[in-house]
Amino acid sequence: MKKLSIAAAAASAIALTVSAMPAQAGEQLDAIVDRDELICGVNTGLAGFGIADSQGVWTGFDVEYCRALALAILGDSSKVSFVPLSSVQRFPALQAGEVDILSRNTTWTLTRDASLGATFAGTWFYDGQGFMVRAEDGIGSLEDMNGASVCVESGTTTELNLADVFAARGIDYEPVLFEALQEVLTAFFEGRCDVYTTDASALAAVRTANAPNPDDYVILPDLISKEPLGPMLRRGDDELYAISRWVLFAALEAEEKGVTSENVDDMLANSTDPTVQRLLGGSGEMGALLGLRNEWAYDIISEFGNYGEMYERNITPLGLPRGLNALWTDGGIQYAPPVR
Amino acid sequence: MADITNTGANFVPTEARPAPLAVRPGPLTWLKENLFNTWYNALITLIVIWALANWIPALFDWFVTSALWEAAPADACREVAGACWAFVYEKWRFILFGTYPFEQQWRPGAAVILFIGLVVVSCFKPMWNKSLLVIWPVGLVVCWILLSGGILGLDYVPNNLWGGLPITLMLAVIGCLLAFPVSIALALGRRSNMPIIKAFCVGYIELIRGVPLITVLFMASVMFPLFMPEGLTIDKLLRAQVAIIMFAAAYLAEVVRGGLQAIPKGQYEAADSMGLSYWQSMVFIILPQALKITIPPQVNTFIGMFKDTSLVLIVGIFDLMFTMRVAINDLEWRAYYIEGMVFVAILYFLFCYSMSKYSQWLEGELHRGHKRL
Repeated sequence: MKKLSIAAAAASAIALTVSAMPAQAGEQLDAIVDRDELICGVNTGLAGFGIADSQGVWTGFDVEYCRALALAILGDSSKVSFVPLSSVQRFPALQAGEVDILSRNTTWTLTRDASLGATFAGTWFYDGQGFMVRAEDGIGSLEDMNGASVCVESGTTTELNLADVFAARGIDYEPVLFEALQEVLTAFFEGRCDVYTTDASALAAVRTANAPNPDDYVILPDLISKEPLGPMLRRGDDELYAISRWVLFAALEAEEKGVTSENVDDMLANSTDPTVQRLLGGSGEMGALLGLRNEWAYDIISEFGNYGEMYERNITPLGLPRGLNALWTDGGIQYAPPVR
Repeated sequence: MADITNTGANFVPTEARPAPLAVRPGPLTWLKENLFNTWYNALITLIVIWALANWIPALFDWFVTSALWEAAPADACREVAGACWAFVYEKWRFILFGTYPFEQQWRPGAAVILFIGLVVVSCFKPMWNKSLLVIWPVGLVVCWILLSGGILGLDYVPNNLWGGLPITLMLAVIGCLLAFPVSIALALGRRSNMPIIKAFCVGYIELIRGVPLITVLFMASVMFPLFMPEGLTIDKLLRAQVAIIMFAAAYLAEVVRGGLQAIPKGQYEAADSMGLSYWQSMVFIILPQALKITIPPQVNTFIGMFKDTSLVLIVGIFDLMFTMRVAINDLEWRAYYIEGMVFVAILYFLFCYSMSKYSQWLEGELHRGHKRL
């Protein structure tokens, strides 16, 4: 017994030293801290995700993620500079070190994960290619689209997915191709085609903002592609990687535990849930393990709210229901590993 | 002399034609002669009149009568049938100045006014002297301080926040100004007898002309950083500016070369016989003539470059065109993209049309010597 207790004491001593030791920061994280600014690559203008508002202030779901990350690392959500990147520019800009992180509705795929010298921190938003039809046409599923004309932007993965899926299911259709978004929309709303297809998030925005009367149009529940969008980092800095992941997870965990920007102080003071206490820094050394302040998650939640609040602020105005992005407890697939 | 005999066929002059009418023909005659002189012209005239009668009132109605002319929330625009100029009220500062910090936007505003002032002042003949060599550097430095700040109590604004009109003007005007001397050097080099210089200039011009501007911009902003050691980055805006200078220089060089070839050989020989050196003969004899006769194609290239700067959107720089596109992506205002495009089209037209008018005036001014009347 004695032997065992010595071993236990030794083990706990080791555990103590390990936990007391701040995480060794990697090169990229050091650079961010030295610069006292996070440089974040964002979309040049996509409503709901990354767009400059009338005052020129960056807003959107992807943008808020960067602000939250800056808040976690540097303790100030304004210490972030946004670099608008076009879709062709984004990977070279990340690879060349022009940006620290890419939060630009980028789909996580095997090729991108394996061949770009970069890695995805997780999924911030689950998107997928969907379909919008006129309510009066009574199209309820893909099978009803036999013989329909489909408006689609040419040269996109959307066009390729459409061809693949319809060929696989033996559905006959007539693609109507356009170069630019405005052209597709004009054509669809003027009735030149029966179906309009693109990412579900974009469909929702189009229905809300462009449709003469949104109630005349229906977005089908079928999605024909998986588009998990998430922040992307250069490889080689595991500490920065861990922080970027856990900024995602903190927002999810907070929602799961019912911590919101409004009740966060109350939760920190009164919650008896050990997970909430660990998350908000009331107990444990979770922040120190990541190399951050212990109140990192508390700061994020009190400033931006939990995942659901961010979603509601940015994505809900697009007219997009939570769907896959609901928590796993609510029928979605957003799931955070345990905070312990 | 006996050959000259009177054959009886005396020269009888035909009756003189009546003098041309001193008065201008009346409007009816003018119509008849110009618009209705043949049946097909009459038909075309009628079709055009019918089309205009249909479109002009509708356009006027959309632009003016049924339009919403005041600042209002986007919802108010759903009620009106015409243009929603509330969009422009809401977004004009973003379109003109992009993501520049909102409360500091007087700075790019002042810089644009100063910059346009610089260009306008340099257009007048009394200013064509050494004073320009002082005015321009001073003016550009003041513009730079206004935009960038960091001294004189102005907050520092990094150039990834700059956008809109200052970017378009800067890329176009500085691009063309700096491309101009490079293009002259390239044109002279291409006509040089020195094989290495000639080969370099031909290679450069043909390479740049052989690829689209979009490729040059790509190389400058996407590929170039990958060749640099990690951590060392050259400013994105500067890279785009250099790409535009390189591109404009190649096109202008061919314009200038056209001018050089149009100068008669006698001019070159005359300069040589005066004992002028190569540079003297170029600077004093050949180039003044060559540049003068190539004003129309030069301005053509300038106007083209002014509009081509909008391609920097593919490298994520917010020029005037791109800020408008972001503005019309705003969920609330998305339905009013036509208003945004009209607004930007008017701005572009103002700049391009002034350039074109100025070039016409300049041609007349410089061609005084041998103007054909």
